Amino acid sequence: MKHPICVNSDCKICESSLCCTKINNFGVKRSGIEILKNVNLHIHCGDLTAVIGPNGAGKSTLLKAILGEISHTGELQFLDANNGTTKPSMGYVPQKLDLDSTSPTSVLDLFAAAYTNLPIWFTYPKKIRERVRESLALTHGEHLINKRLGELSGGELQRVLLALALDPVPHLLLLDEPVSGIDQKGLELFYQTVSTLRKNYDLSIILVSHDLNLVAEYANRVAFVNNRTIECCGTPQEVFTNEKVIQTFGLDWSNRFQRVEKDRVANALLV
Amino acid sequence: MHFWYSLVDLLLPFDWMQYGFMKNALLGVLLVTPIFGLLGTMIVNNKMAFFSDSLGHSALTGIAIGVILGNAFPLLNIKPIWSMMVFSVLITIAILVVKEANTASTDTIIGVFSSSAVALGLVILTRNGGFNKYSGYLIGDFLSISPADLLLLGIVFVLVILLWVLIFNKLLLASMNPSLARSRGIKVKQYEYLFAVMMAVIVTISIQWVGILIISSLLVIPAASSRNIAKNMRQYHIYSVLIALVSGLSGLILSYFWGTATGATIVLITSGFFALTFGLKLRLG
Repeated sequence: MKHPICVNSDCKICESSLCCTKINNFGVKRSGIEILKNVNLHIHCGDLTAVIGPNGAGKSTLLKAILGEISHTGELQFLDANNGTTKPSMGYVPQKLDLDSTSPTSVLDLFAAAYTNLPIWFTYPKKIRERVRESLALTHGEHLINKRLGELSGGELQRVLLALALDPVPHLLLLDEPVSGIDQKGLELFYQTVSTLRKNYDLSIILVSHDLNLVAEYANRVAFVNNRTIECCGTPQEVFTNEKVIQTFGLDWSNRFQRVEKDRVANALLV
Repeated sequence: MHFWYSLVDLLLPFDWMQYGFMKNALLGVLLVTPIFGLLGTMIVNNKMAFFSDSLGHSALTGIAIGVILGNAFPLLNIKPIWSMMVFSVLITIAILVVKEANTASTDTIIGVFSSSAVALGLVILTRNGGFNKYSGYLIGDFLSISPADLLLLGIVFVLVILLWVLIFNKLLLASMNPSLARSRGIKVKQYEYLFAVMMAVIVTISIQWVGILIISSLLVIPAASSRNIAKNMRQYHIYSVLIALVSGLSGLILSYFWGTATGATIVLITSGFFALTFGLKLRLG
């Protein structure tokens, strides 16, 4: 079987009259060395775009550039349904928090620190507990409010961080998937929650992922980052059958993906 | 100051409290230890114990520079504390800048700066064999606090509390994940620098009383003890400040009766608190 070479390396899919986040011509240089160049990525509201690629290809650099943590060239725009443009507001779910398991920081502390300016070592605002509980309820984490962050399991922590990223509801949600530390059940619960929220809030999501099976299941667009730019972009079907992607991740994986995909289509036809 | 003296006479009518130097030292302890308890919480959270240690060491070079300047411009009457402060702030910024370049681990960078600073200070101060004059800085002397020192300390006390109220939440978020803080519009670097400079200032000011050798312990141990038993940020701060205060007061009194260095006595008591809270943690789980 012959695999197509990616035709579409630009992910420009925004049409008018739909809200959309545009990353136009991003480039990042560090000490004179180009780390990212010519990155174009558009994300419709309601889209979950997965960013995949080999280690060191620039996935996390792209994420940091979008967050504004490192300086970059090019522009980032949010286009609302009335064609007005603004800078997108962002919610970010990090891979992990830098704290040891004994840290006396409770879930409530984390939220209060993010929501208010009142110093949390002194007092909490009156209504904060209610607001935090409501936020946590979105990701099935109300019961975690008084726990220390260090006590949470990997999956619980991710759901807490997701709840934090969603208040206030951002234009663009950035998910940096943890490399390890979450069991399979926790991962599935997390991504199901993400999927539900995506539909309910019409969220635009960028997911940096290392788990291709999850990407295949939950993403509706995939951007393949390699050699400092997006080399290929499209639906999971398009990207996972692409020559370059197969070279990177191995033929085995691609074949398995296509078998699973075929089964799914067959099942769908049967039903 | 008169008000303070008569207040102490009224509340603490003991023999050992009748001396002016004890009253000054008491006020000094009441101002310094809560600050140490407060800042310590973030230092321990961010694993910056080594950093605060190196700040203490760099003070030696600050003193040396003060001595050189004092000799060169005798008319200006430069006190070592100002040269120490300028040098500590500079070395703090230097460490942060080099750290950002990401060329070596933070530990290594701090180690390099700290040792170089100590070496430079020793080279200058031991010239012509006169180091004994400065050995007092190694141990510190709480009983030498003057009313002028107390005024400066009072100003710093108010400033630190004010800053801690304004920046703590943002600092906490930034310490847990800089990108997360950034996504919520927090200028991470700005706060990181502010906190480090704050540490440099408070360490430098207290060094003449607490001593170079143990200053960082006073920052770290109260918070570390509190961490053993605290379940959230508020408890963490309350216990830390209380432990620092109680250790400070009892250390001052005990050092008077034992005739020992006050700073070291205080640190020893905080260590006792650490052992105690550690025991509690093991028992309570």
